[in-house]
Amino acid sequence: MKRWLLWVPLIVFAGLVAVAGSRLIAPPDTVVKSALIGKPLPDFALAPLLPAKPGLDRGDLATGKPRLLNVFASWCVPCIAEAPQLMKLKAAGVQIDAIAIRDTPQAVAAFLARHGDPYARIGSDPQSQVQISIGSSGVPETFVIDGQGRIAAQHIGDIREEDVPKLLKALEDAR
Amino acid sequence: MIAEAGLAALWFAAAMALLQLASAALGLRLKQDELAAAVRPVAIAQGALAALSFALLIILFLRSDMSVLLVAQNSHSAKPLLYKFAGAWGNHEGSMLLWVTVLALAGAGIAMFERKLDRATLIATLGAQAFIALGFYAFLVIASNPFTRLDPPALDGMGLNPLLQDPGLAFHPPTLYFGYVGLSIAFSFAVGAMITREVGPVFARAMRPWVLGAWIFLTIGITAGSYWAYYELGWGGWWFWDPVENASLMPWLAATALLHSVNVLAARDGLRAWTLMLAVVAFSMSMLGTFLVRSGILTSVHAFAVDPTRGSFILVLLAIYIGGALALYGARVGRVKAGQPFDLLSREGGLVLNNLLLSVILGIVLIGTLYPIVAQAMGQQLSVGPPFFNKTTGPIALFLVAAMAVGPMLRWRRDEANAILEKMTVPAGAAALVTAATFLAADDASWMEIVGLGLAAAVAIASFAPLWRRNLLRTPLFTWGMIVAHFGCAVSLAGMAADSAFTSERLVAARYGQPYYVGPWRIVLNGVAPVVGDNWSAVEGRVTAIRSDGGTPLLLTPQRRFYASPPTDTAEASIRTRVDGQLYAVLGAQDAQGRWQLRLWWKPFVTLIWFGGGLIALGGALSLIGRISRERRSVRRREEAE
Repeated sequence: MKRWLLWVPLIVFAGLVAVAGSRLIAPPDTVVKSALIGKPLPDFALAPLLPAKPGLDRGDLATGKPRLLNVFASWCVPCIAEAPQLMKLKAAGVQIDAIAIRDTPQAVAAFLARHGDPYARIGSDPQSQVQISIGSSGVPETFVIDGQGRIAAQHIGDIREEDVPKLLKALEDAR
Repeated sequence: MIAEAGLAALWFAAAMALLQLASAALGLRLKQDELAAAVRPVAIAQGALAALSFALLIILFLRSDMSVLLVAQNSHSAKPLLYKFAGAWGNHEGSMLLWVTVLALAGAGIAMFERKLDRATLIATLGAQAFIALGFYAFLVIASNPFTRLDPPALDGMGLNPLLQDPGLAFHPPTLYFGYVGLSIAFSFAVGAMITREVGPVFARAMRPWVLGAWIFLTIGITAGSYWAYYELGWGGWWFWDPVENASLMPWLAATALLHSVNVLAARDGLRAWTLMLAVVAFSMSMLGTFLVRSGILTSVHAFAVDPTRGSFILVLLAIYIGGALALYGARVGRVKAGQPFDLLSREGGLVLNNLLLSVILGIVLIGTLYPIVAQAMGQQLSVGPPFFNKTTGPIALFLVAAMAVGPMLRWRRDEANAILEKMTVPAGAAALVTAATFLAADDASWMEIVGLGLAAAVAIASFAPLWRRNLLRTPLFTWGMIVAHFGCAVSLAGMAADSAFTSERLVAARYGQPYYVGPWRIVLNGVAPVVGDNWSAVEGRVTAIRSDGGTPLLLTPQRRFYASPPTDTAEASIRTRVDGQLYAVLGAQDAQGRWQLRLWWKPFVTLIWFGGGLIALGGALSLIGRISRERRSVRRREEAE
């Protein structure tokens, strides 16, 4: 047997230690990035839910100006928790459109009356079909859509206080 | 005071380890026999002190001393006594203390019982054992002190994870740790032998019982852990290729290979360098497993609670110990003389094939387990799951089992192909028969399942072949051990293949009184009732099952349990075992229409998996007893001759 072969286990192990060490030093990466980021939104057209608010289709999200697309439902408790943050974003001049999941006009009207109405448009998605096609698996979720109707970022779960600047920055970056 | 005494015992044990290392190193280097003579008693003292420290931790848990941080975080005064006891190792710090205790006890065991090894190698071995222990003592007192006080004390504890509140799991970690850490003995033996360059049959015979002992514990630990996951997690599966499971499988694979190669070294003085390598790898896999599990490096995608300081600490220890042993290997093994040559078709050849296949499986499991880390380092997120492991290791494992049918029939040094073919006719015929029958009976079974059942039949018969034309009473106990262990592999394989090929599964939204069918069973949910336990309450489904061909009805009582501290709900599966399989029921949530989610499995012959595992461990135990008693007898005979 060649002598140098005896050192192969040590070299392999050293490589392993190097990789493991670099992973320990690297900041913990706890977010699984959505595969749809950077991709254009699929084609969809959702009927309005409330008489006073227009519905939502793909064209509404490609007007040249970045905006937020909020996936919510009146029956969802974390959606109540994120309502103040959405109002804050609206006050900062952000345009927010919404998809209401498996909801009724009465319930949504009551929800908006109680927790504030940050939305420019609300499309009704009674079967979650559009929700699934845009890669959202629950409520609430918030997408940053760039001016061309592409998904620039996806925020899963309710928007906390500390997420507001992150979303504003993501909107800025999508410009 | 108990916590302080425990910490003091831990420090004293560490001091003993330092003393043990120093006297071994100086004793060997300066050829000072007085110094070297101190190594044995010091090793025993180290073991006793570590055990004392661990015993004091157990007492703290039994007394529910909430002024100790670890107890407050992991126990609760209302917990049943058994789980207070087991709670001592149901957490990071306690389990690391157990780890070190087993390590120290293993060293003490060598010091007390090892009589075959030459003196210098024994001293070097104990020095290596102390060197390993030192690092882990440092880890405990610096980064994982189990005796830290909490001031002011907590009113009550936060409780133990209810999933861990199970008698099976209470004793699962200690069993596994005896296996993992027991392999440190093989590691230290190899390091000792590389230092003194005394590698040969004597060394192999000295190492063999220790490896066998650790391997038996590992086998029991893995088998019990698999059964625990099966009935407690309520997913109906028995192996998930989870990193933690792989961490226990890898040392087992290496130890199994070592167990076979050490026989070649003992009997024929062959495979010297390879056996040393395996001895190093086996315990390295134990340490690697500890690192993977403790650092949280593998679970980081799942936002698991991670402590990078602990991870870095263990990584440094790993680099020192494994790196050091591998460097010693590179420098020294070239000068270890090559052993005896042998024919390809021989017992040695069969054992080499066994080792190659086991090593390939080990390599695949290692790569599959580590690949997500490497991929993440290159900026890619992925996870490697059962489809990869089953597809890659499955065929090789089947090949290994096929080799197992032939191997024990081979003679040492060289054998005749014709003789082997003749001996293989009956097992091969049985395999062909079972394969054909399965192929016809189960039209949707995969080729691996069909071949698996066929090979199981072949090995079940072939494993008894070593008894052919032999006086059963004069057959040595270790031969019986091999037969039982190999037969156990066949039994286990049959269980795996049958479960995989013939399981029926149903998920129903059950209405009261309505029948549902799974396999040969007719299942009815009669009602749901509340029940209470020691520290939990539950809703319990009352499910009756009747077999389509008659027989007495069975009552199944799957539960959804709610634990108050910490607030958790778990599903408690209900399992009924029959001769030909298990019926398995899990109760889920109730929906708006009042229907209960009910998951049902009929798993034919699934129990054979763990029964086989038990047989494998039993075979190991028989073999161990046989080896030890033969050594005793030969020592006695030598003394009488003198």
